[in-house]
Amino acid sequence: MNQSEWPLWEVFIRSKQGLDHKHVGSLHAADAAMAIQNARDVYTRRQEGISIWVVESKHVHASNPDDAEAFFDPANDKVYRHPTFYQVPDSIKHM
Amino acid sequence: METLEMTQEEQFQARIDADVRIEPKDWMPDAYRKTLIRQISQHAHSELVGMLPEGNWITRAPSLKRKSILLSKVQDEAGHGLYLYSAAETLGTTRDQMLADLHSGKAKYSSIFNYPTLSWADMGCVGWLVDGAAILNQVPLCRTSYGPYARAMVRVCKEESFHQRQGFEIMQTLCEGAPEQKAMAQEALNRWWWPTLMMFGPKDEDSPNTAQSMNWRIKRFTNDELRQKFVDMMVPQAEFLGLTVPDEKVQWNEARQAYDFGEVNWDEFWAVVKGNGLCNRDRLGARVKAHEEGAWVREAAMAHAVKRTEREAVAA
Repeated sequence: MNQSEWPLWEVFIRSKQGLDHKHVGSLHAADAAMAIQNARDVYTRRQEGISIWVVESKHVHASNPDDAEAFFDPANDKVYRHPTFYQVPDSIKHM
Repeated sequence: METLEMTQEEQFQARIDADVRIEPKDWMPDAYRKTLIRQISQHAHSELVGMLPEGNWITRAPSLKRKSILLSKVQDEAGHGLYLYSAAETLGTTRDQMLADLHSGKAKYSSIFNYPTLSWADMGCVGWLVDGAAILNQVPLCRTSYGPYARAMVRVCKEESFHQRQGFEIMQTLCEGAPEQKAMAQEALNRWWWPTLMMFGPKDEDSPNTAQSMNWRIKRFTNDELRQKFVDMMVPQAEFLGLTVPDEKVQWNEARQAYDFGEVNWDEFWAVVKGNGLCNRDRLGARVKAHEEGAWVREAAMAHAVKRTEREAVAA
């Protein structure tokens, strides 16, 4: 049964010039050209985009949510990476 | 193992309670997953089947403008179905499985689409009342606990309000027209009012899953709460149109600051849910026919894609 199903594609849309492509959802299509056509009809019926990327879902590699804590932990205790960590004398301007 | 499982479930509930969204790869209880697959796919099926009663009127729309609008609306509904199927697929089910369940009658869709659309005024009522009820159901779902479902609903809700307004405009145009047109509007309202109230589902005391769904923040309001909101919203709108809601018990209750209204015919509700509405067989038949007659297109597209990939591999 499953073999008849068209592959799944992830859709990314740039809403306007100067902005990133953003993930908006997924859809099924036989190939990339059809995925782009379908993405236009499914995700940009109201001028939501000016550019579309499609990536077959099986090619997306993701971090594991179960490891999220340990994985993202190293950034936790490095407050000195933020400008607010530093005290700037009141008389110093433009910093 | 038992205690570990408990901890996971408690952690899960704590995240829900803190309004943290659940994402596809996160741990979730099996029952949460199953409930969501059932609810989201049912919702997707409703969008798909919901195109059928309107399809009947695309070729019969009274003007090119109305025809274009109706076409757009039906196209939106196809889109809404696709957003929702995608959201359900993130939970581990497949598109083929969901469609197979719809076509076999195992999965349900909204009973409202098992009523016939007899006149052009029905297109007004479907937009104004049916989509109005759908919006009340759907707006709280934009904050539902499962991320992909909530995001799909944000998209759906953005598009749905045009559906309701175009329906109201159809009703308003008819009500400002000839006496025959106004009568047509009233007659449509008479037929759609009660079935629309049924869209919110059984009474709270007959809805055993509501408590768990509220606890998981899949649902945000009970069926009866939403039904009351709908009546409070719609009675004044019907009055504005100069139409009468077909319920003698409708009356403003000063103490409750809400409208009292009569009892839904629950026998009819359950009969339609169980497959014995006016159009159940027609709708499912049309759906299955479209799917089966489209099989060769799906196969041909796939075969073409495979052939082209092979040709590119040879060329490279």
